[in-house]
Amino acid sequence: MFDFVSFIPRAVVQGVPLLYGSTGETITEKSGNLNLGIPGVMYVGGISGVIGAFLYEQSTMGELNSFLAVAIPLAASLLGSLMMGLLYCLLTVTLRSNQNVTGLAMTTFGVGFGNFFGGSLIKLTGAEVPSIALSATSRVFSRALPFAEGWGWVGKVFFSYGFLAYLAVALALAASFVLQRTRVGLYLRAVGESPSTADSVGINVSGYKYFATCIGSMIAGLGGLYYVMDYACGVWSNDAFGDRGWLAIALVIFTLWRPNVGIFASILFGGLYILYLFIPTGTFLAFKELYKMLPYVVTIIVLVITSMRNRREDQSPAALGISYFREER
Amino acid sequence: MSKQKAPLIYISKRKDLPWYGAWGIRGGAIILALVVCAVVTTLLTGENPLGVYAKMLEGAFGTPRKIWVLLQNTAILLCVSLALTPAFRMRFWNIGGEGQILVGGLAAAACMILLGDKLPNALLICVMTVASIAAGALWGFIPAVCKAKWNTNETLFTLMMNYVAIQLVAFFVIVWEVPKGAGKIGIINQSTESGWLPQLFGQKYLLNIIIVAILTVLVYIYLNYTKHGYEISVVGESERTARYVGIKVDRVIIRTMILSGALCGVAGLLLVGGTDHTITTTVADGRGFTAVMVAWLAKFNPPAMIFASFLLAFLDRGAGEISTAFGLNHSFSDILTGLILFFIIGSEFFISYRISFRKHASSALPAAQPPLINPSEKNGKEE
Repeated sequence: MFDFVSFIPRAVVQGVPLLYGSTGETITEKSGNLNLGIPGVMYVGGISGVIGAFLYEQSTMGELNSFLAVAIPLAASLLGSLMMGLLYCLLTVTLRSNQNVTGLAMTTFGVGFGNFFGGSLIKLTGAEVPSIALSATSRVFSRALPFAEGWGWVGKVFFSYGFLAYLAVALALAASFVLQRTRVGLYLRAVGESPSTADSVGINVSGYKYFATCIGSMIAGLGGLYYVMDYACGVWSNDAFGDRGWLAIALVIFTLWRPNVGIFASILFGGLYILYLFIPTGTFLAFKELYKMLPYVVTIIVLVITSMRNRREDQSPAALGISYFREER
Repeated sequence: MSKQKAPLIYISKRKDLPWYGAWGIRGGAIILALVVCAVVTTLLTGENPLGVYAKMLEGAFGTPRKIWVLLQNTAILLCVSLALTPAFRMRFWNIGGEGQILVGGLAAAACMILLGDKLPNALLICVMTVASIAAGALWGFIPAVCKAKWNTNETLFTLMMNYVAIQLVAFFVIVWEVPKGAGKIGIINQSTESGWLPQLFGQKYLLNIIIVAILTVLVYIYLNYTKHGYEISVVGESERTARYVGIKVDRVIIRTMILSGALCGVAGLLLVGGTDHTITTTVADGRGFTAVMVAWLAKFNPPAMIFASFLLAFLDRGAGEISTAFGLNHSFSDILTGLILFFIIGSEFFISYRISFRKHASSALPAAQPPLINPSEKNGKEE
């Protein structure tokens, strides 16, 4: 029998970073910015949190104040990813650069930034520890709800996660609500669909693009923070975050730009990501590698099917990837 | 009009900038970027900035071997950039170079492993070449068909194809691993050297460099002096115009992407058959992505791409040397490359647009500037 009680929690913890990434990227794309720098942003979000937590742990020598232990990495992570968001906006919105090129450069930079500080933080700060293991901070981040233990499989499946997992769900729901039901969301969608129309009715196009991209980056950065602090138990290892950032971008298409669908889709993707651990392959281990292909193949199929059906509400924002210049004819 | 004050800064599109103006701005951006990089390095290492530059040059040109490696890296990066260019000129964002290189390399490796002792060497190399080109072309063909038929988003499709290719390679690496359980293939045909591309004049990298040099000329001619190249440009400018003048847009998209994938496959062949003689999931080493930046920096113009790919290869080698010399993590080179790219990307704005400061609120338009058009030199294509 397939062991769902142990499979689902693992799928969820795999899915949470993807959910953060895809919620952030959806908000960004709704403003017409295709931010291919999300993988880099998530690295920066993660390592900024690590730097914050590392400096705090070093300064207190083991005596952690629970509130500060959460607040400092959280603030550092948000600040780091905000900087990346601002950089992207400066280049693509103010300076009207090509979005794909800027995004790829940001990914190069962000992944390098993460791996560099991950590898050199100890040397740079002169701390006397063998490796970055923020287990104390991680314990605060991954603290489950107190009654999770007593409730058997219900507790394990629904209540065994750290607070960032629930925050991810809340943010996805909030993002859906704002995008679909509020005036800000309407304006934002207008900017992504047709910036010149939005401009002509007095919506501040650049303002909305900056706002959405920076918020989106900050949310995506939290995915990196969740990954190190909760999933990886506070241990930073270079390149461990892997290709999850790209998977988050895939998820945006898979959900057809709907953050609330992303909650289930990210758990599904998380499940597909680790399915190879649960499927018996017998002696032929190579098939595990083929199972890891599943999330990408599924995304391609969804991408092709939605473009074949060609329904208007399923399409990407019409002005996605195009920088807006008012005087362009 | 409202009574609002006219904005202080007025931005307008430039008509055309002479080539020296554009390259002057880019050069300025690179110099500025190098200054920033030196400051960052100095802050992190405490070394004097001039020492940092010296290390960079030493890392790139220090020994004959280093120069060969630099040229080899330039050549492969140039090859991938050339491959992506036809697609980009058509406004088809092929960011699947990584995957197309990998399947090309995989096909070459498959031939070397499966046919290594069955065919004479010359025939084997021919089979490898055909297989690599076909595999790369297939990887470009799949997204192109969907784009042509249903207008599927090619940026995301080609991106996903990268990971399908990576997992495919990971699968075959385990199938063919030597010895069993090692998780890697190791050098293929170490003893017989069958399927290894020949070395010219005893230089391991020379053949790759010559092949890429020939490809550069061919791609340049293809894009600028053939009917196909012309059709690509028209489709890139406006699909509607292309349809109107009777160009079969679907066919152009598919044909161009097959070419694009095939050239990436050649890069895979050169990497696996020419230099590495093995295959891993990281054989492309991010070149599929770096090449996007190279092609764009060069404004999709093959001769300019030689410089752009040389610049990026130099930065990578130079920054790598800095990280080794000062005991920093190797990813430091990615940070420096990223910083320099940001500056170059940002500088493009000042090439395409003119900024005028308004002196009086009454002057509606900025003072006309003398025309800066030099008809003999065209600076690529404006977006």
